[in-house]
Amino acid sequence: MAGKRREKKATTYFDYNLLFITIFLLCFGLVMLYSSSSYTSASKYGDSAYYLKLQLRNIIIGLIPMIFLAKVDYRVWKKFGVLAYLGSFALCTLVMIPIPGLTRSSHGQSRWIQLGPISFQPSEIAKLAVIIFLAMLIEKTSKQLGKFSSLVKVIAIMIPLLGVIAYSNLSTAVIIFGIIVCMLFVASPKYMQFIGVGVAGVAFIVVFIVTASYRGGRVEAWLHPETAGDAGYQTLQGLYAIGSGGLFGKGLGESLQKMGHVPESQNDMIFTIICEELGLFGAVCVILLFLLMIWRMMVIANNAQDLFGALLVVGVMSHIAIQVILNIAVVTNTIPNTGVILPFISYGGTSLIFLMAEMGLVLSVSKGIRLERIE
Amino acid sequence: MERNKTFHRKKICVFFFAVLFCGCVLLGRLVYLMVFRGDYYSELATDLQQRERQIKAARGKIIDANGVVLASNKSVCTISVIHNQIEEPEAVIDMLVKELGLSEETVRKRVEKVTSIERIKSNVDKETGNRILAYGYAGVKVDEDYKRDYPYDDLASKVLGFTGGDNQGIIGLETVYDSYLQGTGGTILTTTDARGIEVDNIGEERVEPVAGNNLHVSLDYNIQMFAAQAAEKAYIQKEADSVSVIVMNPQNGEIMAMVDYPEFNLNDPFTLIEQYEAYAGTEEEQDYLNRMWRNQCVSDTYEPGSTFKIITTSAALEEDVVSINENFYCPGYIVVEDRRIRCHKTQGHGAETFVEGIENSCNPVFINVGLRIGSDRFYDYFEQFGLLQKTGIDLPGEANTIMHKKEDIGLVELATISFGQSFQITPIQLATTVSSLINGGNRVTPHFGVWVESPDGEVIEELEYDTQEGICSEETSETLRMLLEKVVSEGGGNKAYIEGYEIGGKTATSQTLPRSANKYISSFLGFAPADDPQVMVLVIIRNPTGVYYGGTIAAPVAKDIFADILPYLGYEPEEQVEEGSSQEE
Repeated sequence: MAGKRREKKATTYFDYNLLFITIFLLCFGLVMLYSSSSYTSASKYGDSAYYLKLQLRNIIIGLIPMIFLAKVDYRVWKKFGVLAYLGSFALCTLVMIPIPGLTRSSHGQSRWIQLGPISFQPSEIAKLAVIIFLAMLIEKTSKQLGKFSSLVKVIAIMIPLLGVIAYSNLSTAVIIFGIIVCMLFVASPKYMQFIGVGVAGVAFIVVFIVTASYRGGRVEAWLHPETAGDAGYQTLQGLYAIGSGGLFGKGLGESLQKMGHVPESQNDMIFTIICEELGLFGAVCVILLFLLMIWRMMVIANNAQDLFGALLVVGVMSHIAIQVILNIAVVTNTIPNTGVILPFISYGGTSLIFLMAEMGLVLSVSKGIRLERIE
Repeated sequence: MERNKTFHRKKICVFFFAVLFCGCVLLGRLVYLMVFRGDYYSELATDLQQRERQIKAARGKIIDANGVVLASNKSVCTISVIHNQIEEPEAVIDMLVKELGLSEETVRKRVEKVTSIERIKSNVDKETGNRILAYGYAGVKVDEDYKRDYPYDDLASKVLGFTGGDNQGIIGLETVYDSYLQGTGGTILTTTDARGIEVDNIGEERVEPVAGNNLHVSLDYNIQMFAAQAAEKAYIQKEADSVSVIVMNPQNGEIMAMVDYPEFNLNDPFTLIEQYEAYAGTEEEQDYLNRMWRNQCVSDTYEPGSTFKIITTSAALEEDVVSINENFYCPGYIVVEDRRIRCHKTQGHGAETFVEGIENSCNPVFINVGLRIGSDRFYDYFEQFGLLQKTGIDLPGEANTIMHKKEDIGLVELATISFGQSFQITPIQLATTVSSLINGGNRVTPHFGVWVESPDGEVIEELEYDTQEGICSEETSETLRMLLEKVVSEGGGNKAYIEGYEIGGKTATSQTLPRSANKYISSFLGFAPADDPQVMVLVIIRNPTGVYYGGTIAAPVAKDIFADILPYLGYEPEEQVEEGSSQEE
């Protein structure tokens, strides 16, 4: 039938919008990364493009899993769900044990695994693993998810992995927990339970912050960065950079705060340099780009062929949303300082490669959309 | 395969809107930070990014009436280190220890301190600074700087004053003329990175300093030296607490010398002088420093005693209640109301004219005259002669006259006021008032500052002072000069008499409060030439040991000064001999 042929043609949907937003963000990220890191890397490594080259390499490496995951039917990964969970659990446990030549510490925390020339952060892998595993798990138990007990069960399954990650990298554990909650929220028909979970989560975080003394210093630095001394230094320098931007910024490359004043200016704090150089206008554009990206993912999730695909997209979407919100909230001193990078823009190896892999996954889900199903 | 149900889609939308909401909150926060707090943060950021180095302005000189520089500047260096630029810390420490003579511990602490710029030592002389510069170590900065220099150490220390670390006047003329002398400091602004290293492609901003203006004063180095030597001599001979000398021009109020011995070394103003040495390092050190810096000519009041009879005489002449040849009788005391007030000569001066009364400094005569004037009118004369206001001298810390309230002046008070007791004025007030009475009745403003010139010698401002004309009549003034000349040539002031000169004057001996302490202030006020006064000398000796009569000990000091300065000012002695009476005060 003619109609059937048309339908067949229509199945070759691919979300180019999302692809272009991703590529645009990556390119914009490269420009800002060069701008924010060139001065410090020139004096540190004698090469102003030091970070730029590394990031470019990471993007090229990241293109491989991205294209691969976009090509392969996402439903295949259902079979690897348990393996992904166990594998990332094993890696995250391994990273806790100091093994010379295999695990590596940086900034006083052991978060890397070194395999010859390749080093990576298993906690970044865990994010993707959790998304795949949880999407599989929820799809299998979706009928019972309305019950509170089954929610608890799902979370109980995730606890060991969360615990292992939290041991070495608390902010990643918080992000993963956020991803889990978001995916469960979408999968469950109920609302009230999540309000309960949300309240409990907030209460837990507040108690944790107040009781753990090293976090207490961060709270002091959050409330009064001017007087908190070293603890408030990074926050305050970031605020100086943001405040110096004004409406349209000092112009690309004109930041003064990047000259060693803002620590990690190519990393966690890159958004402050964007604000200083491009002003409120540039900052708003960046936030809008991310919102656009999340909106595209919402469209894909809403039209996914099956619940597994929708949940995969929701997982990626929540991952990116949580990181963007936390990063901007931290640099604007809206919440206490915690190390969260800005997706696609901040410098980072493992995180960038896996973010790109996740985008590949989302693009793969988008291919499954049948056009006539778009409402 | 599980389907994607409608509630799933709804929840995905809810989730998206939650993210959108968070995005809006963060946008709001950004708008707040970048628009409303932008100025605050960018100012702080600029402070942080720019290193500001001060360039001191050269302070203006203080120059005496003949062009002698009394206060100038010495070029010195400030040595500092920039922690992040130091490449060989050990070598730098060794070099600084060697060149600056500081302990290694001090230098090491400062060199190793993690700070943008740390001052090691200031006021290092220029040669040392050049030597340090010659080593060429990275991170060591030698900034040129000025230090106030007083070439004559303690000359007129309380008049000139000294300056503090920020180039600001602390006491004396340095304070009053601070705005003229100070100049404007310059700055060097350089943009640096977090390590304090200058960012090459952003040039430095430089604001050049503007040197301060020079102040020309009426003080005369030579007269000040004469006066200071005379004061020192009296201080030592009489073992006095202090000796003050004011030399001024009664015609225009210009002060030629002002001594308040003991003085202190202006180049070392924070070290207590010998007299107060015992208090160094104690809690009272600051009190004694303040006492050491205090200019008693201006800041302290005293009961003028008999020198005030000059003013009583003027009031009586103005009021026309006495004629100079009128006869009085002094039995050695006078009864006012129920009080018996003694004359200093207890057996009495007997019959005497008013002229003899002032020559003898006879209390009953003046009490008599004072009572004739009456308390209301006498108070009015206080006002008319300007005794109730400050003189307006260009020195800081001038004290007010301490006087009875008009309604509280009874007959007894009036009687004591008549011979200079029961109220207090400053020495400068006495000198100024008497100047004004003998110069024909023009109340002058005593002052040092004459004109201000720019560093390249251009006159910027002629300093002007108020003169109030007609505080007494010309006749009164003339009679007064004649009477006071007689005091020196024939009366109690004869120890100030110099052959060949016509000097007018009056002695005084006043007992300080409390009377029981038996402490005295001896003073003498004299002027010359008596018929056309050009120079007035006031000598005050506080708490002398032994003989304390003003006529005996203060008058000779004034005589010494006159003997030095009258020829210096160009007055040659006249060939005439006058017989001086040897009567004691």
